[in-house]
Amino acid sequence: MTNPRHDSNTRVTQLRVAPIDCHAHGICAELLPEMISLDEWGYPLLEGGPVPPELIRTAQRAAAACPTLALKLVRSGPERHTHHRP
Amino acid sequence: MSQELTQALWFASRATGLVSLLLLSATIIVGTGTSGRFASPRWPRFAVVSLHRNLSLLALAFLAVHIAGAVIDPYAGIRWADTLVPFISVYQPFWLGLGAVCIDLTIAVVVTSLLRHRMPLRLWRAIHWAGYGVYPVAVAHGLGIGGVDTRLAWVLVWFTACALAVGAAAWWRSAHRDHPDTLARDAAGAELWR
Amino acid sequence: MTTIESTWPAPAITTRPGLSHGWPRDGVTMGWDEHLALYGPMRASRRIPRGGDRALVDAVRQAGLRGRGGAWFPTHVKLAEVAAGASRSRPPIVVANGCEGDPASNKDHVLLGLAPHLVLDGIEFAARAVGATEAVICVHRDDMMADVLREAVDQRRPSGTVPAGAGPAGFPVRVAEVPDRYVASVDTSLVNFLNTGVARPLARDPRPSQRGVDGRPTLVDNVETLAHLALIARNGPGWFRARGTEDAPGTALITVGGPVRMPGVYEIDLGSPLGQPLRMAGGTDGPVRAVLVGGLGGRWLPLPAMGNVALTDPCLRAAGARLGIASLIPLPAHECGLATTASVLRYLADESAGQCGPCMFGLPAIADDMTRIADGTASPGLLNRLWSRLGVIPGRGACAHPDGAAGLAASALEVFAEDLSAHLAGTPCGAANDPYPLVGRP
Repeated sequence: MTNPRHDSNTRVTQLRVAPIDCHAHGICAELLPEMISLDEWGYPLLEGGPVPPELIRTAQRAAAACPTLALKLVRSGPERHTHHRP
Repeated sequence: MSQELTQALWFASRATGLVSLLLLSATIIVGTGTSGRFASPRWPRFAVVSLHRNLSLLALAFLAVHIAGAVIDPYAGIRWADTLVPFISVYQPFWLGLGAVCIDLTIAVVVTSLLRHRMPLRLWRAIHWAGYGVYPVAVAHGLGIGGVDTRLAWVLVWFTACALAVGAAAWWRSAHRDHPDTLARDAAGAELWR
Repeated sequence: MTTIESTWPAPAITTRPGLSHGWPRDGVTMGWDEHLALYGPMRASRRIPRGGDRALVDAVRQAGLRGRGGAWFPTHVKLAEVAAGASRSRPPIVVANGCEGDPASNKDHVLLGLAPHLVLDGIEFAARAVGATEAVICVHRDDMMADVLREAVDQRRPSGTVPAGAGPAGFPVRVAEVPDRYVASVDTSLVNFLNTGVARPLARDPRPSQRGVDGRPTLVDNVETLAHLALIARNGPGWFRARGTEDAPGTALITVGGPVRMPGVYEIDLGSPLGQPLRMAGGTDGPVRAVLVGGLGGRWLPLPAMGNVALTDPCLRAAGARLGIASLIPLPAHECGLATTASVLRYLADESAGQCGPCMFGLPAIADDMTRIADGTASPGLLNRLWSRLGVIPGRGACAHPDGAAGLAASALEVFAEDLSAHLAGTPCGAANDPYPLVGRP
């Protein structure tokens, strides 16, 4: 039986920032500069697209280090289509 | 138990108690650096966060030895339950009980921090803030239960230095609420949308 | 630059009356009896089925109705999601959004003031469709609409058209009065207000349809959307589709403001040309150079170049704007579009809920940039900095407020590009000192 976690064809991990919870501590950008930079006011700018497998551990550490838990890793796949509304 | 062993346990408990206080002080001081957004070229934010967590775990380790030493040593007849339930011990129930209060609150802070992702942030924050309360109780516990040792000059210096350092850090933290994000959120308070 | 005349070839013959057909001309609210005389009764009331009524949701799907609150989201999708989330411990609730936070829009005010029973009918239909057990109508506190609505709710109580099985008091509908702030009318703001008393937006996840008031699946619909539902309930989806276009069926209420002879709310077929509601409003009194589409948080389009663009959300998006809350405000030709935009941006910045960094810092920053441009005091490099700010602000807030402001600024820089060069060279146009008063309109 295939483990869906390892099925890279259907599941991707993405970074998300909860905008109200983010208080511009900036720790995420220090820990994951490959995917997170800060705008001029100190708030995170996320690189679009899925987190590559080699950065998943680092991304988890960055999410754990956020003082307000605003940075999250979400797993999504085609079977959980989310409505995107403007 | 031999006389030497029981003495060694007693001294170990006392000594690790003093070291625990030092580490607890350092944990709280570095913790104010986290919430107060301290950063320097040598100490980026993530390093401060990491140091706070590591110091707290080290403090826990020394606390564990401090408590175990006191219980295993048969001299004072302290039971395991006395270290968790305040004021039920035979030996110095009040001062020891304060220590139990400390360890209860410390366990709450540590457990909630380990499970931070699985609980409402407000609850975690409330318990973490309550952790400040550990400090004066710990100092009182140490001074009260120290007995003869508390009258030693270097012990008094130890306690005073730790307390002053923590006090200074707490003052620094309360003075440093001027990050633009904090100020902007305070300015656009919820009251305007009631 | 163009002047919109009031004479133009008559629009295509309509095949059915619109929403506003038969509404009183004297501004007096239609009571229960007049409502029934105009529209007839809605379908015979039945017990509200737990889990909703899929047939009703399907009728809405066939009608192709899209939400009239600004997002133009397919209504049946929202109904289905709310119905699907229902459970015994968490019955759905309907929230009718009559708040209209953007000052450029007046359509909901007019609808509620003249035909509140149409909205209440729509609420009952929506409640049956999703299996909701109660409803709340949200209006702004300073509006006086609350009294009109409570009166209308009272008129319905003894009439027996409330669903059987909903209890002797009838289907419970209460009126909530919301603070008069711009972002208070966002759907999550209403949920937040009903739960905590604070009308500020919440994170997009979970959506109100999933978890809203008291943790229940919450249907938040604009009052105009509900009014259309009331007529679909009576006349069916085919009737609804007889107006508008294949891809954008139905009619819509459009608020026309600014330098037109008869500012007000007009009903059009979706897909009508942009100039149509301006003509219905008696044409402009003087030449105009651009029109603000979709509210103060909307976008500029040049006139006459865009006079014929179809009024549907997709067509307007292709043209660089959004239908949004469906308002049109032309800009007189002699006015300074950049200065006017700067004053709107300052207003939008003040109306930020102050919860998300890119909004609470970004909006004052771009308002300041645009003000300097308008004053002719922009330093070299300011324009580049403004464009890069406009690139990073959208999509990073809990609601669409910063997106609206950034979009407005970007459209101004494009539509008023000629003026922009002069302003950047330090020679702003004379009208820049006295921006056209878009903010503070009644």
